[in-house]
Amino acid sequence: MSNWLIYRTFWDLTVSGLVLGLIYALVALGYTMVYGVLRLINFAHSEVFMVGTFGVLVSLTKVFGIPIFEGGQYPFRTGFVLIGILLASLLIGMAVSGLGAVAIERIAYRPLRGAGDAYGAVALAFVTGLILSFIISSDIGTNLIIAAVVAGPLSILYLRIFKRGRQAPRLAFLISAIGVSMALAEAVAIWGPDERVVYQTPRILEKKVLFKFLGADVRIDYVIVAIGAVLMMTSLLLFVNRTRLGRGIRAVAQDAETSRILGVNVDLVILVTFLLGGAMAGGAAMMFTLVYDQTRFNIGFLLGVKSFTAAVLGGIGNIRGALLGGVVLGLAENYGSAVFGGQWKDVIAFVVLLVVLMFRPTGILGESLAKARV
Amino acid sequence: MLLEVNDLHVFYGRIEALKGISFNVNDGEIVTLIGANGAGKTTTMRTVSGVRSVAQGSIIFDGQDITKMPPHERVKLGICQAPEGRGIFPGMTVRENLEMGTYVRGGNAVEKASDLEHVFTLFPRLQERITQLGGTLSGGEQQMLAIGRALMSRPRLLLLDEPSMGLAPMLIAQIFQIIKQINSNGISVLLVEQNATQALRTAQRGYVLETGHVVKEGSGQLLLDDPAVRAAYLGG
Repeated sequence: MSNWLIYRTFWDLTVSGLVLGLIYALVALGYTMVYGVLRLINFAHSEVFMVGTFGVLVSLTKVFGIPIFEGGQYPFRTGFVLIGILLASLLIGMAVSGLGAVAIERIAYRPLRGAGDAYGAVALAFVTGLILSFIISSDIGTNLIIAAVVAGPLSILYLRIFKRGRQAPRLAFLISAIGVSMALAEAVAIWGPDERVVYQTPRILEKKVLFKFLGADVRIDYVIVAIGAVLMMTSLLLFVNRTRLGRGIRAVAQDAETSRILGVNVDLVILVTFLLGGAMAGGAAMMFTLVYDQTRFNIGFLLGVKSFTAAVLGGIGNIRGALLGGVVLGLAENYGSAVFGGQWKDVIAFVVLLVVLMFRPTGILGESLAKARV
Repeated sequence: MLLEVNDLHVFYGRIEALKGISFNVNDGEIVTLIGANGAGKTTTMRTVSGVRSVAQGSIIFDGQDITKMPPHERVKLGICQAPEGRGIFPGMTVRENLEMGTYVRGGNAVEKASDLEHVFTLFPRLQERITQLGGTLSGGEQQMLAIGRALMSRPRLLLLDEPSMGLAPMLIAQIFQIIKQINSNGISVLLVEQNATQALRTAQRGYVLETGHVVKEGSGQLLLDDPAVRAAYLGG
């Protein structure tokens, strides 16, 4: 039990636990919203987060041209340049993850719902072609050409199948989700320049201690995460409760068939739900790289499973439940690892889940997205 | 002619639920479809609303072929339904439920307020319950809410699927009275009912459905007097 965590004070653990919890909560929103409208656990959501971290990494290093080290120092920026870069990388992360989530929905889920369209058919045909091309060659250029050639006729075939509009059984969605998840992670592992190694992200923010909270250090990056996460969640709640499309999301979550009868474009609602959930995960991705300065091809897996746990903990389908579940989980993990030792950190999340589900199977708040209210 | 359904075939998986039914609704009419459970009444309504796809046949609304049109565009054209089982959003208040009726049309606050006012003159009960959650209403109130919500879309054709289901006799009479009142404001009504007597009394014309076919049609009175219809659907 001679663990370093034991020497940290309770309030230190609280502060860092809250920050971690807010990141879980942001990712959990995507699970919970998609579950709300589709009754589907989007297991590929973990990779939506992962893709976001790489979006942030690429935007920092390639778009803004910031190196990992500048003359042996961290590439700290200050003032408006810093704020500008932080905001831009946040937006890029949100965009990459949001569009990634929408693409996953189009390619992997929509055809299974019996509503496949031309975009999905072409994308799916291209991916199929790409996979087939590896039998012949392992040169990326050749692969892409083969994929492009195969995609034409294959997409027509796919479109024909889609036109039948058959609804796949529930299990098919799950398999599709896990498949997409693995494909995305492996694609990054295979094609990324550093393959399976940890990527450092440029540390542009000098993490000074802003103030002390009951003896605990509150660093500037913690404050940014807290403000950013709260802002994102508030705007999401406002969107869901106050806008027309938000009302559509709530309506579909409560009764999809009646929503269609009343003229809600359910496919559009689903698209927006994936976009919003993805954007939240992208925001979380930016904050994650800000705090931990790194990413990896499989960074999404454990974080995704824990965020899913947070969503279930709070009550899946419930937006505020995701927030609560995330924070509870982040704190429980930090306290738990101090008591039992850091090696138990990942176990604690699931023990908490088990205990809560034994006594309250619907989660802490236990209502649904349908009933989400301000 | 407002709605014209020709030789409609609809499948549920491999089962053919509608085997070529044809009927029509004229402008300003109340038309009813009666028949036993499983005759295809609800399937017909869902197909007219556009949530079931058509295998064969056509649906013409106001001269426009809408057979392949998605549901939200049909609502825009003026077809709105109060579905079977009412389809109230349980977690939304009465006001939010009603406002879902304006989802497609949009409209400004003034328009919505006047539409709400109109619904409340038909169903004063809903005004008393305006902040209550839809799931907490009684069956009769939910039915009023479903009809009111459909009216909020300013339909030209109102589809009512089993509006009397599960209601007390007093309420049933009231609902049919309101259907006539709505119709007198110039809204055409397509009414599906198991309560055939009331439905035929309310409607100008009716169609009798049996296992996916139209087996009889005629004016409400004609069908009420038909001995075969009486024996099968009106309790002798």
